[in-house]
Amino acid sequence: MKILVPVKRVVDKDIKIRVKADSSGVELANVKMSMNPFDEIAVEEAIRLKEANKATEIIAVSIGPQQAAETIRTALAMGADRGILVKVDGPVEPLAVAKILKAVVDAEKPGLVIMGKQAIDDDCNQTGQMLAALTGWPQGTFASKLVVDGETIQVTREVDGGLQTVKLKGPAIVTTDLRLNEPRYASLPNIMKAKKKPIEEKTPEAYGVDVKPRLEVVKTVEPPGRKSGVKVGSSAELVGKLKDAGVIG
Amino acid sequence: MTALLVAEHDNKSLKDSTNKALTAAKALGGDVHVLVAGAGCKAVADAAAKLDGVKKVLLADAPAYQHALAEPLAALIVSLAGPYDAIVAPATTNGKNVMPRVAALLDVMQVSEVSKVIGPDTFERPIYAGNAVLTVKSKDAKKILTIRTSTFQPTGEGGSAPVEAAAAAADPGISFFVGEELSKSDRPELTSAKIIISGGRAMQSRDNFTKYIEPVADRLGAAVGASRAAVDAGYAPNDWQVGQTGKVVAPELYIAVGISGAIQHLAGMKDSKVIVAINKDEEAPIFQVADFGLVADLYQALPELEAELAKIKR
Repeated sequence: MKILVPVKRVVDKDIKIRVKADSSGVELANVKMSMNPFDEIAVEEAIRLKEANKATEIIAVSIGPQQAAETIRTALAMGADRGILVKVDGPVEPLAVAKILKAVVDAEKPGLVIMGKQAIDDDCNQTGQMLAALTGWPQGTFASKLVVDGETIQVTREVDGGLQTVKLKGPAIVTTDLRLNEPRYASLPNIMKAKKKPIEEKTPEAYGVDVKPRLEVVKTVEPPGRKSGVKVGSSAELVGKLKDAGVIG
Repeated sequence: MTALLVAEHDNKSLKDSTNKALTAAKALGGDVHVLVAGAGCKAVADAAAKLDGVKKVLLADAPAYQHALAEPLAALIVSLAGPYDAIVAPATTNGKNVMPRVAALLDVMQVSEVSKVIGPDTFERPIYAGNAVLTVKSKDAKKILTIRTSTFQPTGEGGSAPVEAAAAAADPGISFFVGEELSKSDRPELTSAKIIISGGRAMQSRDNFTKYIEPVADRLGAAVGASRAAVDAGYAPNDWQVGQTGKVVAPELYIAVGISGAIQHLAGMKDSKVIVAINKDEEAPIFQVADFGLVADLYQALPELEAELAKIKR
């Protein structure tokens, strides 16, 4: 069974983003970029399935600018076998990403797609579910545990208030939550090896997908700032202030 | 303009997130119908019918909808979508699970986690875990929205809408419920709690969470959270994690204990109404976002705080 793992290049999770002064967006020039953390978990899970002989090949696919090839290289260094870069400059909405991925699925015929539950830039949390809709496959979102048993895929999901376990008739789409695993770091020899693994370059046009946005971005602004508060001298004073603020008692 | 609101419930009672999403749905400016899909959930439909401003309740009562699995539920919503200009759901795990599936089936680009309705087609939503706020205008004929419930007030009762039965749609039959394990804690859930107390790396152990954080949480009826550093160190389970890669919360009161205030963490809690920081290091960045800061050793401050709270709570 092949596993397809979509990976997204995003601003590194430890970077404090800046909103551009003209409200046109978030400053991305000269900012450290990394693989979306939830996608790292997806890559790790795919590698573990391969190590357990439940998968034969892992394909990492990224949709983005030329530099997204670096994100694919990271996946290859972790242990993915080959990459597909679908080159698009500028933002691509989840619906368009899902359509491109549907075309990749049609071409590659994986038994499973594992992907992050959301990207930490646009925070949409849509692409996996949309891909499931377009393929007509079942979806196991927000996975904290994944068991692959032939065509049956059992997913334990992080839901409000606890966990839900579902059984899916494969092929299926799984989206990852934090507790699924702890992604490995790529070793130096594997980073070297990854340089020789193939990355195929494609375009949305080649897949017949229109990536024109459906949402018009009116503006991007900073959230209202917080006023700096006051220091209190003791727990007693703190409780008094909280009572005055009406949040306790 | 008519919106269909997908109700959040457990087949017995309507969840507060529905009342909040209703406030957002009404702000679109037209009528609101509520869909209650579940099994044996008539009481939920009756409760929804009483909400102020609801014009009609659609009740889809069938075994396939008992556990809100995305595949049959999306098929149902799509079968009902025809006359509606907007389909809305709270951004709960159920809403997040099913709505993008509906959106793709209808070829619509969803607007996720709407935090403000500016007009029938224009919405605000947080991006980068709330470090930026995006205003978007949807050009799709139908709007599909999930609502960030922490930013809307709940709609109360005051209506008496008719409840109509909605026919079940064909179940794709590709997904099956196996079981669920709902946390039995008496404490509220992190994402809906009014008060949260969280511990950081300075807690030093799981035991210290039990010994210092939990008694204060019990006094306050608060949920317990943790920073990623505390989770990574094994002091707290991962589902307690508040932050960009964990849960994003906005309670009335957030108490950060021994948390330095990494961007990662701030992103998950800075929309809280009142923030309290308790930290030994007076230079800790957490104090920059705190309304009230207490520079103190947490092992002294927390028992004192618990004692002070005991005085006011009987």
